[in-house]
Amino acid sequence: MSSSPTPRRRPRSASLTANPVATVALVVVALVAIAVALAPVLSPYGSNEQDLAHIFEGPSAAHWLGTDSLGRDVLSRLLWGGQPTLLGVLAAVVAFVVAGVVLGVLAGTIGGWVDALVSAVADILMSLPGVVLILAILAIFNQDLAPAMIALGLLGSGSLVRVVRAAVLAVRSELFVSAAIVSGLRPGRIMARHILPTVVSPVIIQASLFAGAALAVQSGLGFLSLGVHPPEPTWGGMVGEAAANLAKAPWLLTVSGGIITLVSLGFALIGDGLRDADAARRRGGEVAAPRTVAAPAAPAAATAAAADAASPGATGAVLEVRDLVIAFGGRPPREVVRGVSFEVRAGEVLGLVGESGSGKTVTTLAALGLLPPGAAVTSGRIVLAGADVTGADDAAFRGIRGRRVGLISQEPMVALDPLFTVGSQLGDVLRHATDLDRRQRRARALELLAQVHLPEPAAVLRKYPHELSGGMAQRVAIALALAGDPELLVADEPTTALDVTVQAGILDLLRELQAARGLAVLFVTHDLAVVADICDRVVVMENGEIVESGSVDELFARPREAYTRELLASTPNLVSTT
Amino acid sequence: MSARSARPADPAAPAAPLLSIRELEVAYAGRARARGRTVIHGVDLDLAAGETLALVGESGSGKTTIGNAVLGLVPVAGGRIELAGRDITRLRGRGRRALAREVQAVFQNPYGSLNPWITVGTTLAEPLRAAGMPREQVRGRLERLLDRVHLPTDALTRYPAEFSGGQRQRIAIARALALEPRLIVCDEPTSALDVVTQAAVLELLQELQAEFGVAYLFITHDLAAVREFADRVAVLEAGRIVETGPSRTVCDAPEHPYTRRLVAAAPVPDPVLQRQRRAARLAAAAGPTPGALSPATPDSAA
Repeated sequence: MSSSPTPRRRPRSASLTANPVATVALVVVALVAIAVALAPVLSPYGSNEQDLAHIFEGPSAAHWLGTDSLGRDVLSRLLWGGQPTLLGVLAAVVAFVVAGVVLGVLAGTIGGWVDALVSAVADILMSLPGVVLILAILAIFNQDLAPAMIALGLLGSGSLVRVVRAAVLAVRSELFVSAAIVSGLRPGRIMARHILPTVVSPVIIQASLFAGAALAVQSGLGFLSLGVHPPEPTWGGMVGEAAANLAKAPWLLTVSGGIITLVSLGFALIGDGLRDADAARRRGGEVAAPRTVAAPAAPAAATAAAADAASPGATGAVLEVRDLVIAFGGRPPREVVRGVSFEVRAGEVLGLVGESGSGKTVTTLAALGLLPPGAAVTSGRIVLAGADVTGADDAAFRGIRGRRVGLISQEPMVALDPLFTVGSQLGDVLRHATDLDRRQRRARALELLAQVHLPEPAAVLRKYPHELSGGMAQRVAIALALAGDPELLVADEPTTALDVTVQAGILDLLRELQAARGLAVLFVTHDLAVVADICDRVVVMENGEIVESGSVDELFARPREAYTRELLASTPNLVSTT
Repeated sequence: MSARSARPADPAAPAAPLLSIRELEVAYAGRARARGRTVIHGVDLDLAAGETLALVGESGSGKTTIGNAVLGLVPVAGGRIELAGRDITRLRGRGRRALAREVQAVFQNPYGSLNPWITVGTTLAEPLRAAGMPREQVRGRLERLLDRVHLPTDALTRYPAEFSGGQRQRIAIARALALEPRLIVCDEPTSALDVVTQAAVLELLQELQAEFGVAYLFITHDLAAVREFADRVAVLEAGRIVETGPSRTVCDAPEHPYTRRLVAAAPVPDPVLQRQRRAARLAAAAGPTPGALSPATPDSAA
């Protein structure tokens, strides 16, 4: 097995640059911070240098942002005033991050009474009246800003404690942490290498959002002339002065308010951008899973097999798929199903077999009109119960799904809504799929539950999905799929998540329903032993194409294609084959 | 890499077992008012050096819990776990970390068992560095390890996301092998993989066992894989072992009713034979054995 030539890809990197708004925000905030830090170099005048001959002037070559009530250069005051403002924000954010991470990691790692204590502290922090405390602290520390901003950070850290604690708890249950423990790593190293990196993203997100809040508080204090002694400038103080002179020089408020708005907005956009990037990365991590499975395709064999599948007469076919091509959008479009043809006749179970990435699930979803966004049927035909449904819109499919075709999936719990009882969900489906009145619907629901051999149907009607075992849930899902009396049942790996004894029961049930109702079943699976148990005919798919098809007896006894033989040879057999 | 021990003459009866579990009890601690729940009830197991013992059972039977108890990942409530005669039941801290040289693990989900944020090379180097191997020697050892599991050495600088499930499981196997342990706990190592990949991974495990004489505690729900892969099997039902024996014997002629039910329910990839087996199962269920599985017996909400 060789590795694919995928380009090197760091999972975390370059996530923010994909978001232009957040990138611009980051650049703007960084430029402002650098300019403020370089105030001694950059500012054209001293922060308190007065020129009473030129007060309330607009922007000019001498004063780029004009002058204020005492003729002081606004640009210089903005740069100098940024220093206490941004340092205050920095102090608050540092206190916020240190307290949040330390307490959150302690709670998430040690657990027990430490967890209980930290959670209580976080609750208390979140319920304290912050502004009152900060005013008190300013009074105690003689209007010194640093203690007040640190207190602000600590008071705000309650939410971060919760975020970090949850992240640590989640990552601690990851298998790679168990693997690290088994590898003999010290707890400190496991923390540094495996646990802390996963909380970095949420912490940065929270910190940038908190920085915006801290800037607002800091500006408010400056506005009230708290924390910094006039005439030393702060951004908030400049807003205060501008507000006092609003009638004479409205321009001043634009400048001082503008810089605060700009930087707050910057913090918020950076936080949002990071959050989006983080979410996308998590999704990407899951989706990116099985891609590198590569095996030689056999196009010649595929067309031969397709011709074979096409040979029986079209009459009696409940589902007919002809030369189906499905592609995912993008440049160039990626064809995941190529020229697939098969049909499912009334009263037969057709197995659609293949490994992950073979296109079996996408083919099935197309027949149900449930293709994921970005995927589309680019050519070929799908005829369902006599009606051509190729490219039918969602409204058309709504009339088909449930009435003509039912679906049961791998995870029955996903098919059931956790908020509603079995009875309520069955009732909904029956109302959509039939013309029965309320009383008839209840009788029909009981009848359906009895048909799938659930004991005490009346009791099951009142149950919520979490009260059902996996096997019972799958039986309820089957009852739901049968509620509209469909001609075709699509079963997508319906027993893969179940224990072997439960699987046997579900397969028995499907066999019985198929015989009793003359149901056509499209059975999608990767398990050839299950195919041998339930299917009449089977279609083998590989890399989006049909490799071979035929009756189960024929295909298992005399597989023609190498890939089919490989699948059969790889399937472990409980019975000695020698 | 050198083999520490060879396969014993008779795997069915380990005289001096490598791993010996006696009367193991594991309980999950209850929170606040809820009482602790015992999930493993007095389990006895012996595993010889170089042997594969399968631990088979359905979900909730406690098979993974036993593996985790051996690995020290769950606290043991009662009984003893010995490795080569040494009590490791409640080993913690430095002693447990040192045990990494003896006992390793391959977990079920190769997507979860590799840290996605660090390179494969870093992951593989961790056990070696933790065991005190000098940095200069690590690189050479890693290249040999990757070669053993049939992966190219350029895998070292890449991230787990760039590999398929089967390749990731090979990486996880390389990590488990890094310290040349005597025992590897394999917790459903192939159940997340496609069938062809699954066969290849099992073949690799067998190859490595022949080369290094490592013993496997092979945790699975798949009886067919047990029959082809394991020397002996212990069948677990609700935290108790109901049957043990050579895996072919147990699969071909199960004695305990629960094992019989498991064997009867497992389909075989042969439609003709499977029809006979199904008919026999349904006849047995309809016949004198009460409580056996029948189409009319829904799965209990256990």
